[in-house]
Amino acid sequence: MIRAQGLTKRYDDFVAVDGIDFAVERGESFGILGPNGAGKSTTMRMLGATLQRTSGDLMILGRDPAHEGPTIRAHLGVVPQQDNLDTELTVTENLYTYGRYFGLPKSYLMPRIDELLAFAQLEDKRSAKVDALSGGMKRRLTIARGLVNEPSILLLDEPTTGLDPQARHVLWDRLFRLKETGVTLVITTHYMDEAEQLCERLVVMDGGRIVAEGAPAALIREHSTREVVEVRFGSDRNAEVAAQLGDIGERLEVLPDRILIYTDAGEADLQRIVARGFMPVTSLVRRASLEDVFLRLTGRTLADE
Amino acid sequence: MRGSWRGATRVAEYRLRNMWKWRNSIIAFGLGNPVLYLASVGLGVGLLVDTGSGGVDGVPYLVFLAPALLAAAAIQGGQDEVTFPTIAGFIWEKLFFAMRATSLTGGQIADGVLLAAALRVVFTTAVYWLVLALFGAVEWTSALPLITVSTYAGLCWAALMLAVAANVKNEDGFLAFTWRLVIMPMFLFSGTFFPLSTLPLALQWIGWISPLWHATQLGRWLSYGMPLEPWQAALSVAYLLAMGVVGVVVARRRFERRLTS
Amino acid sequence: MITSTVAVSAAAAIAERRARRPGASIFAGRAHAPIMRNAYALRTTNALTFLTGFVEPVIFLVAFGYGVGGLIGSVEVNGVEVSYAAFIAPALLASSAMSGALMDATFNVFFKMHYMRIYQTMMSTSLGSFDVALGEIGWAMLRGAAYAVGFTVVVGLAGLLTSWWALLMIPAAVLIAFAFASIGMTITSYMRSFHQLNWLNFFLLPLFLFSGTFFPITLYPEWLQSIIMVTPLWQAIAMTRSLAFGIFDGALVVHVAYFLVLAAVGLVLTSRRLEALFLR
Repeated sequence: MIRAQGLTKRYDDFVAVDGIDFAVERGESFGILGPNGAGKSTTMRMLGATLQRTSGDLMILGRDPAHEGPTIRAHLGVVPQQDNLDTELTVTENLYTYGRYFGLPKSYLMPRIDELLAFAQLEDKRSAKVDALSGGMKRRLTIARGLVNEPSILLLDEPTTGLDPQARHVLWDRLFRLKETGVTLVITTHYMDEAEQLCERLVVMDGGRIVAEGAPAALIREHSTREVVEVRFGSDRNAEVAAQLGDIGERLEVLPDRILIYTDAGEADLQRIVARGFMPVTSLVRRASLEDVFLRLTGRTLADE
Repeated sequence: MRGSWRGATRVAEYRLRNMWKWRNSIIAFGLGNPVLYLASVGLGVGLLVDTGSGGVDGVPYLVFLAPALLAAAAIQGGQDEVTFPTIAGFIWEKLFFAMRATSLTGGQIADGVLLAAALRVVFTTAVYWLVLALFGAVEWTSALPLITVSTYAGLCWAALMLAVAANVKNEDGFLAFTWRLVIMPMFLFSGTFFPLSTLPLALQWIGWISPLWHATQLGRWLSYGMPLEPWQAALSVAYLLAMGVVGVVVARRRFERRLTS
Repeated sequence: MITSTVAVSAAAAIAERRARRPGASIFAGRAHAPIMRNAYALRTTNALTFLTGFVEPVIFLVAFGYGVGGLIGSVEVNGVEVSYAAFIAPALLASSAMSGALMDATFNVFFKMHYMRIYQTMMSTSLGSFDVALGEIGWAMLRGAAYAVGFTVVVGLAGLLTSWWALLMIPAAVLIAFAFASIGMTITSYMRSFHQLNWLNFFLLPLFLFSGTFFPITLYPEWLQSIIMVTPLWQAIAMTRSLAFGIFDGALVVHVAYFLVLAAVGLVLTSRRLEALFLR
């Protein structure tokens, strides 16, 4: 569906996307994970055929967005990072006018809008103005709007940023259903849990480059141990204690606020630390996540920016 | 009382700093407006009027027009300088709420906005008067009386509009409406461009209630000696004063109530 | 089903059909879509803002036509004496077409462009930049045209239309509104703040006051006249005035051509600006 080779976007002397290669297959849900400023949104706008690349190759559905922008955009659904719903229109009018931008006739749109409102769980809000909707509802409406033209690829830029946990789960549920219908999803996010939940395969971006690629579980296996022990001794003592724990676990990372110990036997290692007479202020044994992969690959946490 | 004034001057100082940021447009509008109106309506239409009917009140059209344009500039300048900051202070930037959270009272904020508007009106009016004098539309000796009476009218109107703006809950075109439905009709039907008496009686009331008409009457009397009975002059002064006093009292109360509830 | 990935969707089929035509990368033949969007939005915006636009030329006509007109008497146009009100009416018509179109093409367009991000949304669909430009300019034109038609009715009721030819002022006003909307939207696309837009407004005042609206420009020295004759509002007023008084000469052709060129240039530039802003 999508092939990018050496895809680059340069603004004056700043390189936002620096020669990335990836491919997305039909029906796949593909993630682009990275901190703010990694080049995710820029990549997304190039995929959406609304931003011209500086160099490299990009084919979407076998077409070049530099030459066939409008045709490609007719096949795409776009959910931008910031909602840009039409605040002067009602919920239904938003969907209807958007459909008209694609030239779709009223006879086609009317039943389609009913389906989409049901999908977005907005049937009671048909004639509500956009401003009267909650953040989660606006997001769902934006996704419904992106689906008006029956896209074969849906591009979601940070779909749950700024939503409360409950609204995020509702949204994830909707996106799962969508995936089941066979639509190809491309999702950018800086949330690991979201990437693990939604993406079958993903690339990790940092500083405009791709630093890793694979399925979430495979990436974790490859770049991390199975478990992680997080212990806190207070910010002034962390480094000092860490120096004496070097032999525990496979690997150890000292962050300003905590120590991470990568191991395959978390509980046992935590016992060993305590047995040596170090009493952590807090301790936690958890499964390794994409956060650990990112930390391993870049030396930074995703929240660092 | 002294503390009260210090609070108001602090607000006025903030407003003046804000105006300073807009100094280019204030100066351009302040100079551009009189030059454009005088060159166009004053000289162009003036030529048609002077050849058509030999001027108005026995003086050339330009001389007839000048005091009215001066008063209109004062009133429009006052209008701008109270409505915009008040709408911004309550609705857009909500800065008044932050000010109220310091030791300032609502009444002091209202006074401060009005005080800054007064200084702006004095400035605008003085510049306007200078342009009028350069066009030969007013005598050089008319500076003090004309600037004083126009500023007085502009300030009284500003006080009233301060009270009105303080009551606006939702901007939603308020500024555009007052401009199109109040300021423009007032500008055109207050005897500004032609004597009020030539209007049909059904429209003359617009002039009688219009602060611009009262200011124009006083201005013409002071500028070229248009006949005006002393009681008429006194009535005009009193009418403007009443407008200003009501405005200040209501605005102060309204500011305080809105900022504390 | 929510989506079908097997068959080509209706939207894609429409785009594929269109793609074979020349200019398909900027024009999908759907300028009516943005216009329809604006028509829906009109219901939810304040009708008073729109309606008060009708008032302005009328009060100017009453104040200047009858008030100042009483002091002037009559004015000579092409060797014929006409009342002052009849003299300024076509000028006020032209300027209301201009200001109506500009109200929409400047402030409203700026708001839609930078605050509501409507054009970003439109340009992420299969609409082209020319569709958006034509639709938005067309909509602004409708507003200017509405004011002009309303004002023509007032002028007619006031008995200031002396011949049926004067009704040609309506299509003329449509052309004027289109050209001003077109240039107005181009200029707006370069603006970065509302403050800069206010400056644009500032330059409209001299246009309004010196384009022969209230007195013939023959009062000016020749060099000044020739400068004024290049400016758009003078062209507009000269056109409506000659139609109002049934003067059909070569100058009329020049005025029409002037606005056709202005409209076309503005349209092309606006379309390019939308590309530059939203499809970099």
